[in-house]
Amino acid sequence: MEAPLTLLMVVAVTIRAALFRSSLVDLVAERVEVVSPLTAWKRVVEGLALLDLGVSPYSGDVFHETPLIIYLFHFLVDYAEITFMLADVITAVALYMAVKDYNRQVFRKQKFALEADRYPPDCLELIRSPKEMYYVPLKVAMFYLLNPFTILSCVAKSTCGLNNAVIALFILSTIKGNVLLSAIFLSLATYQSIYPLTLCAPALLYLMQRQYIPVNFRRVSFWWFVVQYAFMYLGSLFVIICLSFFLLGSWDYLPSVYGFILSVPDLTPNIGLFWYFFAEMFEHFRLFFLCVFQINVFFYTIPLSIKLKDHPVFLIFMQLAVISIFKSYPTVGDLALYLAFLPVWSHLHRFLRNIFLVSCVLLACSALFPVLWHLWIYAGSANSNFYYAITLLFNVAQILLVSDYFYAFLRREHHLTYGLYLKRKDGSEATLVLK
Amino acid sequence: MAAYRCSYSAVLLILCICSVSTAIDSEETTLTGAHHVGEVDNTQTATETGEQTTEQPVVEERRWEAIDVEEATPGDSDIDEKDTSAPETIVPLTVPQLKDDFQEELVIRPLHSGDIYASFQFRTLWETDFMKGNKVSHYRLFPKSLGQVISKFSVQELHISFTQGYWRTMQWGQPFLPSPPGAELWVWFQDSVTDVDGMWKELTNVLSGIFCASLNFIDSTNTVQPSASFKPLGISNVTDHRFLRYATLPREIVCTENLTPWKKLLPCGSKAGLAVLLKSEKLFHSSFHSEAVHIRPVCQDLLCKTTSWELRQTLNVVFDLHTSGQGKREWSLFKMFSRTLTEACPLASSSKIYIDITDNPQWEQFELSPATPLLSQALVLGDRRTFSVYDLTQQITFGTVRSLNLLIRWKSNEGDMLRPLLHAERYVAGYGLQTGEIHTLMYNNHPYRSFPVLLLDSVPWYLRLYIHTLTVTSKGKHNKPSYIHYQPSKDRVRPHLLEMLIQLPPNSVTEVTVQFERALLKWTEYTPDPNHGFYVGSSVISSLVPSIAAMDTNSTLERPLFSSFFPCKEESSYFVRIYTEPLLVNLPTPDFSMPYNVICLTCTVVAVGYGSLYNLLTRSFQIEEPSPGLAKRIANVIRKVRGVPPL
Repeated sequence: MEAPLTLLMVVAVTIRAALFRSSLVDLVAERVEVVSPLTAWKRVVEGLALLDLGVSPYSGDVFHETPLIIYLFHFLVDYAEITFMLADVITAVALYMAVKDYNRQVFRKQKFALEADRYPPDCLELIRSPKEMYYVPLKVAMFYLLNPFTILSCVAKSTCGLNNAVIALFILSTIKGNVLLSAIFLSLATYQSIYPLTLCAPALLYLMQRQYIPVNFRRVSFWWFVVQYAFMYLGSLFVIICLSFFLLGSWDYLPSVYGFILSVPDLTPNIGLFWYFFAEMFEHFRLFFLCVFQINVFFYTIPLSIKLKDHPVFLIFMQLAVISIFKSYPTVGDLALYLAFLPVWSHLHRFLRNIFLVSCVLLACSALFPVLWHLWIYAGSANSNFYYAITLLFNVAQILLVSDYFYAFLRREHHLTYGLYLKRKDGSEATLVLK
Repeated sequence: MAAYRCSYSAVLLILCICSVSTAIDSEETTLTGAHHVGEVDNTQTATETGEQTTEQPVVEERRWEAIDVEEATPGDSDIDEKDTSAPETIVPLTVPQLKDDFQEELVIRPLHSGDIYASFQFRTLWETDFMKGNKVSHYRLFPKSLGQVISKFSVQELHISFTQGYWRTMQWGQPFLPSPPGAELWVWFQDSVTDVDGMWKELTNVLSGIFCASLNFIDSTNTVQPSASFKPLGISNVTDHRFLRYATLPREIVCTENLTPWKKLLPCGSKAGLAVLLKSEKLFHSSFHSEAVHIRPVCQDLLCKTTSWELRQTLNVVFDLHTSGQGKREWSLFKMFSRTLTEACPLASSSKIYIDITDNPQWEQFELSPATPLLSQALVLGDRRTFSVYDLTQQITFGTVRSLNLLIRWKSNEGDMLRPLLHAERYVAGYGLQTGEIHTLMYNNHPYRSFPVLLLDSVPWYLRLYIHTLTVTSKGKHNKPSYIHYQPSKDRVRPHLLEMLIQLPPNSVTEVTVQFERALLKWTEYTPDPNHGFYVGSSVISSLVPSIAAMDTNSTLERPLFSSFFPCKEESSYFVRIYTEPLLVNLPTPDFSMPYNVICLTCTVVAVGYGSLYNLLTRSFQIEEPSPGLAKRIANVIRKVRGVPPL
């Protein structure tokens, strides 16, 4: 099992190294789908140049990386390509190991349930076999490493790859049950781009499930664990923020990084929903809609946690997808992270309703992005609405994809409780509807 | 013929005096600001014979020193003083009790391109003190509106210019007073001011009212504080650039409504003196038009015990007579301004017209009528120029017809201009609306000397400059700037400011390139014609350029040998400021007709996301119970009415 992974890594690194040497690098690095104002490598270099000139990188509005990133690349700027390839490999390996561990647990749980005879008798075809689960971790690593979105993101040296690595390490340490590391990596991810804050809920649920702590608000052990985790999380966040302060000697980075993420002043087009909406917004409604859109990202955490409290890993997937769709400066790199989880849910495929349509739309949109961008920006024969229309369609497709998986997951759980072939009262075959 | 002989003797005399005066100056190095070298007014020599040549230099030398006493101010240090002031005449300080003084002059220079450059300067000097909260209420020559502005806003120095058209340095040479296209305003505040930004905001609004211009569009997004390029020109103890504000409005269009308030500031208005020539329908029918107001404190005497305030109003016009003159190459005051001169401004202590005849010593290029016996020589922009002078305060100038209509008739149209030693141009490279590159080319045409230039660039925030892409190359080699001051922009708050000190190698082109990214703005931030593009103000290049006079080896031949071995200081270099073209840059635009649609569509997508998740979160799976068909339901209702059990 380790040999295919090694081979995969070699192939992935070779592709990236070849692309780094090609003339595509400059082209990819400018693509608005691949880099956002937050993650562009050009802006990292600009921040380093400003440091060299003796100007604070946060005194202007070009550099929005966190101080740790700028200090990382202060030393690694000559090895940037290796760093980004390494980040991708780390992400893939972390996801591989996490999914492997997760699958083992799923299988164990399924075995207990089978032994306890908890499944209805006609559900046997829903039971997952070790054979089909065997290649899932490898497929996850492959989905991440060979995904064109990841490759583009890596070739453009988008710092999104580093954020993904941190989140992947967080997932790994959570699934391995390491509370401290999980809290530290979560705080790192939050520090990098606020939104992973919502991954707090699945981490708590998973770790409690692992330590057999019931999710019950009246139990002291529940609250004790929450306080423990929150303390570790906030403590490491505090340490990181103070460290950043001491590195630069000022708090300038707080408004420049987090203010920039939350208030969306830069309307450079990207694949998200924010840029055109706020470019066309009436000024006196701006603050209102800004609040609505930002709350929207965090809003789904609590209802999803309640609904999926027994399935925290699926909750992580859902949260990653929601963040990637509704965040203020999304790139295809964010998309790649949650797409890597799709092989984990391959057993849901029989319940997916419109996977074909959605995948066609996603593919078509990915192809149309550069085309319509060219027509708008270079040829001048289209206008901004064309590109905007594609971003809308792309996001609708993502939403449909995620909600489809969510539907399939819930439906499978329903079938595992009530049986696969449901009958009406009169004995005829029944259809299942949401009510 | 008499005039010719007179001018000949005058030239001889001038050369003699110049050599003496330069010798004196090289000894008296403590004399600062001795720019007005060779300033001779030959009223006496015209009536006297050449016998006095042994005694004359002594007399003239004393007069020359007197000029120094009058003109020199400690503020006129080399870099600060602009040599652009046209030759000054001697102001006899006979009436010191008046304490204010007005001078007017017009310099006309026929350009090699066949155009005519006319430069008006009006100077009001007033020995008063606006500083330290002094309440000044009695105004005579100085305009009250500006006096009140100075005292209310604690202004140390104020320079404002309105320009229509671009000065073509390669065709026309250096202007006496440079100005960028559009409006330019720079102000030094006194160091007692605490809230400089607030003062600046109010001041721009007040000036906007005074000059009927859109100066109220100056805000923090186009104001910068240059650290080195703009130093005070008058006497000043403030050098901290926190008290300096500089802004340009390259889009500003200058027209009659700006000229009228400008004319009203003159003591004689446009009723008498040179200002009668300022008819707007002619002034604006020109290739280049620039009007400016400069206020600064200057010294009253050499020891600088008292200061006076100088208001200098200038107006520069370039008339394109060659193309509009129906093929005839001749011009007159009447043809240019549709007016002739009949009198000087009665309030003026001096009122003169200078015609630049340097390139025309033998009258072979053009002929000038009426002829004047008066000649003057001055070092203008490092070049020794000769001028014919018409003194309007003397009745004899107007002749028998009681009006002066200067006429120049061209004889030949050859003749070449010495290329300006410093010249710059700028353009935007790249295609598409995503990125671009600003190229600034600076030409050093001096054959053997290199000199440093200060380049100031103020770029609006919506062109995001990437300073790491900055390259400076001359002669194919990387040229590292010895000083860089860079202030990155803040979105919607302040522009980029880039100042660099670059050494230009001799006879070379230096290219400065920097890449930028075009931002997408909010739809309300675009100008009413967004596809016209956005203007980026001119770069400002300030430099000490080696003087042409010092370069000229021929002049050393006619000088005494002892005076010419070491190049003397005031001739070695002169200060020059040039402005490049403003840039016009297109930005990507959203569709302006779409706000409702976009709000609806995007909200729909968010609602689709919310709706589908809400659906799955709140509902549960249930077996569908098919509802009975419509016919069956109706039948059941009827059966119920009939009291029969339903189907």
